[in-house]
Amino acid sequence: MKIRAQVAMVLNLDKCIGCHTCSVTCKNVWTSRDGVEYAWFNNVETKPGVGFPSEWENQDKWQGGWRRTAEGKLEPRQGSRMKILSNIFANPNLPQIDDYYEPFTYDYEHLQNAPAMKAPPTARPVSVLTGKKMDKIVGGPNWEDDLGGEFAKRSRDQLFKAVEKEMYATFENTFMMYLPRLCEHCLNPTCVASCPSGSVYKREDDGIVLVDQDKCRGWRMCISGCPYKKIYFNWESGKAEKCTFCYPRLEAGQPTVCSESCVGRIRYLGVMLYDADRIADAASVADEQDLYRSQLDVFLDPNDPTVIEEARRQGIPDSWLDAAKRSPVYRMAVEWRVAFPLHPEYRTLPMVWYIPPLSPIQKAVQSGVMGKNGILPDVSELRIPLRYLANLLTAGEEEPVRHALDRMLAMRAYMRARHVEQREAGEVLAQVGLSREQVEDMYRTMAIANYEDRFVIPSSHKEMVEDSFNEKGSCGFTFGNGCSGGVSDGTLFGKKKQGSVFFADMPKSRKKAHQ
Amino acid sequence: MNYLHLFVFGIYPYIALAVFLLGSLVRFEREQYTWRAESSQFLYRGPLRLGSNLFHIGVIGVFLGHLGGLLTPIAVWEFLGVPLTAKQLIAMGAGGVLGGMGLIGLLILLARRLGNERLAAQTALRDKILLPWLLLTLSLGLATIPESAQHLDGQTMLTFMLWAQHILTFRGDAANLVVGAPWVFRLHIFCGLTFFMLFPFTRMVHSWSGFASVTYLTRAWQLVRPR
Repeated sequence: MKIRAQVAMVLNLDKCIGCHTCSVTCKNVWTSRDGVEYAWFNNVETKPGVGFPSEWENQDKWQGGWRRTAEGKLEPRQGSRMKILSNIFANPNLPQIDDYYEPFTYDYEHLQNAPAMKAPPTARPVSVLTGKKMDKIVGGPNWEDDLGGEFAKRSRDQLFKAVEKEMYATFENTFMMYLPRLCEHCLNPTCVASCPSGSVYKREDDGIVLVDQDKCRGWRMCISGCPYKKIYFNWESGKAEKCTFCYPRLEAGQPTVCSESCVGRIRYLGVMLYDADRIADAASVADEQDLYRSQLDVFLDPNDPTVIEEARRQGIPDSWLDAAKRSPVYRMAVEWRVAFPLHPEYRTLPMVWYIPPLSPIQKAVQSGVMGKNGILPDVSELRIPLRYLANLLTAGEEEPVRHALDRMLAMRAYMRARHVEQREAGEVLAQVGLSREQVEDMYRTMAIANYEDRFVIPSSHKEMVEDSFNEKGSCGFTFGNGCSGGVSDGTLFGKKKQGSVFFADMPKSRKKAHQ
Repeated sequence: MNYLHLFVFGIYPYIALAVFLLGSLVRFEREQYTWRAESSQFLYRGPLRLGSNLFHIGVIGVFLGHLGGLLTPIAVWEFLGVPLTAKQLIAMGAGGVLGGMGLIGLLILLARRLGNERLAAQTALRDKILLPWLLLTLSLGLATIPESAQHLDGQTMLTFMLWAQHILTFRGDAANLVVGAPWVFRLHIFCGLTFFMLFPFTRMVHSWSGFASVTYLTRAWQLVRPR
């Protein structure tokens, strides 16, 4: 047994209001630089829709994730090591920037410099790639916001698999939900496996998947390898970049910036203990629908004394073991079974999990006859089809999702009975197999969602491995080579060393405007 | 032998090789963040797949051919029983095919790069120098084939093999060996040496990593870094 700890995330889709605060704070912190203007380490999609980049879930098109071979072994769907190397000169599965969108700014100066004219001046969009004015913006990171666009295009959504999607084309029957997405920091990441130079790696102590910017050579195999399309190609630096899980914040015990800024309080961060020796077997089970359960089996019970003893022996700090016991992620994923991995069928064993959203009852049901399924409303009557959610979270198996939604409805019914009707509705809990303590804990964690209940993050123990004296006076986090941004700006090999003030240069498109 | 000849064939090779090796080392050591393939595929694919594969296979083949053909000691060829005339025919044939592939690939890539608005706007000065220089070197290399066909006895080839081996073994008389050699060969060599001068300052450094990436074939799928 090789015990490792990872900071994992749960997103409660039932509470996401699609405000994009997560995306905007992330953008401001991480991707407001040249070459990644188009990249959103965190983005929010409206579902049903083809998402960002366009049709990312269509693995017949992109060949992302893993494939189980006839011998029961795993290899990246884009090919064996030999095949990946043979595609190094031109990657046939690489998306183009237009699959995301052409990055643009606006001709703001024209608003101030325009001569006197009859019509008010407009700021036309300017392409960051060519510097020329664009006639029309044809795509963006959230192009299908709130079901924007025609159904014919949106319904190319892969989640409609085995769903009679035509039924949902009409306004009366339509449904929608928001899906905030970031890197999954998988246990079995295909991006790591696809990198010929070995620059993408998983951190042993907290499970964060990062790209070593110095070692990356821009072979761009990780971009096609990742089935979530959450590794981006920086077309300016020629390197792969991805969500860092805000590791400088996590190391200090703070939540990621997307979690910190989430106004809906939908995000949770907590420690998961898992057995690294079980990963290969768990990811290669034959039936796709067993992958959700096989990943659950990889997780270890943080309250089990033998696990604690073994983890201590293997050097996991006590503060991490303590955090694992209080982990909201463990309770939601393992104890209550209300959170699920995103697309387990990709066989990546993702570590950002999702609580499926409830939705209004499809048919008008008179009050009092709602109890289709015992005392609770029947979740198959919800507006969002169960199969649609199951295609997202459990490789199409509806039962676990139904069970989770039932438990969430039961929590609501129980607390409503307590607060409105002043009675203990024990029969509701019996139906979904929850104890009173559990449902109260669920209510506190999922409905009230206080800051300290959402984020249980132990700080990293760097003092165990390095001498902090070396960090004194260093320039902290940069994107480049030590204090240098690394982009050649007219000198021999790169920019001149910059002192410790500038960490990232102003984007070129803005610099021009200032000259 | 005039001084210019002595400089280009006796001294310049050492300058070029020193810049090539030390420059690569310094860049790897000091500015590894700039060490990358600079692929433009993400901005515009176009005929990249055909062009890039033709170019890379051709050019890598030509490079390995030069390496083996010029630097393998004469004694080894004699031991293997390959007469010089046969070796010259192999060199002309393989070089012609691979060089031709490289040339066609490079022309496709150049047309793609200059014909697309985005790529043209994003092409750096170093590429505007490097790519035409490669084109010139490659064309001169191919132009040596008809010249070689004039004398199939392998003697010209032999002088260049000796020259290269004398350069690498630091024998001062190397320039003397190629005094009377045809112009097209000498121009090709000058361009080739200058290419090594450009190497550390351009995207060419990614070829070091390209050769190193064969280690991927024996690597475990997953990489976990301890703290």
